Amino acid sequence: MLRFTLRRILQVIPTVVVVALLIFVIFSVVPGTFAASLFADGKRAADPQMIARLNEEFGLNKPLMERFVTYVTDLAQFDLGTSFRTRQPVIDLINDRMGASLQLAVAAMVFALVVGVPLGFLAALRPGSILDTVTMIGAVSGLSMPQFWLGLLMMYLFALQLNWLPSFGYGDGSFQNLILPAVTLGVTPLALLARTTRAGVLDVLNADFIRTAHSKGMSEMKVVRWHVSRNALVLIVTTVGLQFGSLIGQAVVIEKLFAWPGIGSLLVDSVAIRDIPVVQGTILVIVLWFLLINTAVDLIYAAIDPRIKQE
Amino acid sequence: MTAPLLDIRGLRLGVAINRSTHHPLLKGVSFQIMPGEAYGLVGESGSGKSVTSLAVMGLLKKPLAISGGEILFKGQNLLSLSKREMRRLRGNRIAMIFQEPMTALNPLSTVGRQIAEMFVLHQGKSWSEAEKLAVEALGNVRVPNPDRRAKNYPHQMSGGLRQRVMIAMALACNPDLLIADEPTTALDVTVQAEVLRLIKELCAARGTAVLFISHDLGVIASVCQRVGVMYSGCLVEENETRALFADPKHEYTRGLLGALPRLGSRSEHGRQRLVDIDSIIADRSKLTETRFIAPRGAEGSQP
Ligand SMILES: Nc1ncnc2c1ncn2[C@@H]1O[C@H](COP(=O)(O)OP(=O)(O)OP(=O)(O)O)[C@@H](O)[C@H]1O
Ligand SMILES: [Mg+2]
Repeated sequence: MLRFTLRRILQVIPTVVVVALLIFVIFSVVPGTFAASLFADGKRAADPQMIARLNEEFGLNKPLMERFVTYVTDLAQFDLGTSFRTRQPVIDLINDRMGASLQLAVAAMVFALVVGVPLGFLAALRPGSILDTVTMIGAVSGLSMPQFWLGLLMMYLFALQLNWLPSFGYGDGSFQNLILPAVTLGVTPLALLARTTRAGVLDVLNADFIRTAHSKGMSEMKVVRWHVSRNALVLIVTTVGLQFGSLIGQAVVIEKLFAWPGIGSLLVDSVAIRDIPVVQGTILVIVLWFLLINTAVDLIYAAIDPRIKQE
Repeated sequence: MTAPLLDIRGLRLGVAINRSTHHPLLKGVSFQIMPGEAYGLVGESGSGKSVTSLAVMGLLKKPLAISGGEILFKGQNLLSLSKREMRRLRGNRIAMIFQEPMTALNPLSTVGRQIAEMFVLHQGKSWSEAEKLAVEALGNVRVPNPDRRAKNYPHQMSGGLRQRVMIAMALACNPDLLIADEPTTALDVTVQAEVLRLIKELCAARGTAVLFISHDLGVIASVCQRVGVMYSGCLVEENETRALFADPKHEYTRGLLGALPRLGSRSEHGRQRLVDIDSIIADRSKLTETRFIAPRGAEGSQP
């Protein structure tokens, strides 16, 4: 198990390197520069002298290869560079925002898990029942609804009309401020989880070993507890992992909508003004997060399913 | 004469297509199994052997439903039992082994634990006691190193070993009747012989009656005292095994026997082709559903 764990963790490294390179290449070819976007007022072209001075200051006038070497050597020392705008280290900016992002992602995921998995389970145990039908219609609606629209709807209903919850902002991390963005963000993973749980449980219920379990004289409760749940867990863990991994990326829109001070809104703001070091750093962190969750999922798999460690 | 252990009387069963229509699969099947007797059920694929066994176990699933007849087990009609009463019999008094040892065991649970469940369910044992009994049960089916093997997961075992685990599980509570639905079909020939011998010996030693299902007459002959031949949802012939081989009455049985390859039988060219059943039975549509059931004891031999 230890060797398996180590191997899975080491496998992350080449992926990170490739992603870092890709990010650099992409942002050295996108049009527009920080200097130009800083001085542009939309009427006149920016003063070329000012632009040249800024480019000089940030080292943007150096040849691409040289910039690339700096980027890689800095990265190897866990230095993500300095923000053009605030002149702070990128890593500090990200650190400031990471807590809020994690809080939102975890809250959304917990909401999705606590509601989605039991619903999917019950739906599978009574296929064709009212609960099943309602859950599946709900899941399809949840999946097809654009998140920002749902967010606006919730804001309108619970904040403006009913006045139960604050409509936006971090509120120094109060739970009430967390509810609306977390629920909005959690709807997609919830719907997916309900569906995959249902499909997974139905699949397991049709397996031969479930017939064996019944032939032993087990009650349905015991069949589910002893034989269905663990097998269905494999599929649930995959879905949770994939969703959790991409949640921080998905949160970009929701964070902007609810003015939530997370990584997502940092990314959007930085893209708008071409603050490339921050953009690069943020994306790298999001990718790392995704890889981390995936590795965790693989390890959980190995703990659930004895066949995986063997390979 | 002793009372039969299992007495199936005119069992009818079919697929419910909608509320009024019903496609019949068993058209009135009757046979009896005496305590301790090994009874074989042969017949081609789709003749209804498996659904018969599932009906006895009470494991028929949705579109399948029983439409008539009785299944008496120790004189008690299983069809009138409540779910809970049926659960108490299932696994405990009537146990079953399935064809596919590869998929019939839960891949995420050790075989020891899966056997132990039987003792927890039916004998109210604690898990630690039950796991000890499971090791013992593995030893009884002649699995080498039973205490180590009990900690194995199914994927760590060969097909033959897994089938032994299934047998250990089925016989864990010393049932009165063991239903074995093609238990050796998925195994290779040498393992097949071992597993057959195991079933035969264990059941003979414990006085467990067996309902042995197969489409292989050779296998049936080596295990069972009596055979029933099924064809298209009917039991068309039934006799002592030896008598059936010597003097098949029904055309289908004759075809089935004629299709058996015989070692050492040669035609004038020195080699004989394998015959398929349809070249023996000239016209299937003329196959009668007449029954050829030898009266019990007519041959003078007791099981
Ligand atoms: N769930 C089901 N729905 C509809 N028809 C079914 C179902 N299960 C079985 N049947 C039909 O019932 C008939 C008898 O099936 P059964 O499985 O008992 O055959 P069998 O004699 O065991 O054959 P085999 O040797 O292939 O195992 C077949 O024609 C089959 O198509
Ligand atoms: Mg069958």
